[in-house]
Amino acid sequence: MANTQAMTTSFKVDLFNAVHAFNATGIPAHTVSTADTFKAALYVTTATVNATTTAYSATNEVSGTGYTAGGVTVTFGTAPNSSGTTSFLTPSASITYTTVTLSTSFDAMLLYNSTQSNKSVAVYTFTAQTVAAGTFSLTMPTNDATTGLLRIA
Amino acid sequence: MITTTKGEMDESLLEKREGSLDNDNETTTWVEYWLEGELVHRSVHVQLKRAVVSFGETAEF
Repeated sequence: MANTQAMTTSFKVDLFNAVHAFNATGIPAHTVSTADTFKAALYVTTATVNATTTAYSATNEVSGTGYTAGGVTVTFGTAPNSSGTTSFLTPSASITYTTVTLSTSFDAMLLYNSTQSNKSVAVYTFTAQTVAAGTFSLTMPTNDATTGLLRIA
Repeated sequence: MITTTKGEMDESLLEKREGSLDNDNETTTWVEYWLEGELVHRSVHVQLKRAVVSFGETAEF
């Protein structure tokens, strides 16, 4: 078992069907004028979250003091943009889990759409970590066509 | 004051250890506080470097 960083294949399909709405601007396929809610869940090193993950699952999600199953809400305050032939989108704030104790090593974060049946978006991996009565934060890269967190080239 | 597994503690009572790693995927830093050999606080900050990229392709008729 291993976690693998990837944009999930189901998300690539969902893009063509306008299932996700990161921002209320320019989403005519949606019948609502508000953006969907996206969340970030953490997974232990023995989990298997990868490109084939279609939706959030609590199986092998981290657990511990201060951590709520399903993770935290991710803020997309900036509309999707493009430069050249690459579109990009990055959360507008760090993803932060405050005052948590996560004793089992974790090394992956699943970004998913909690408004649309918890459908997956992407998996990000990092060096295995634990947290003790502390904060775990994921700081976002610059939101551009070179380093944006989600890019379609 | 530092939040620890034993509650709020004065930093002067604790041993502080810091570390970092940098690779193609991330830059990560962490800070730990130890009390008499026991880890009582650990915070981690990860700067992601490597995004996931999808390449759009079109098929030929």
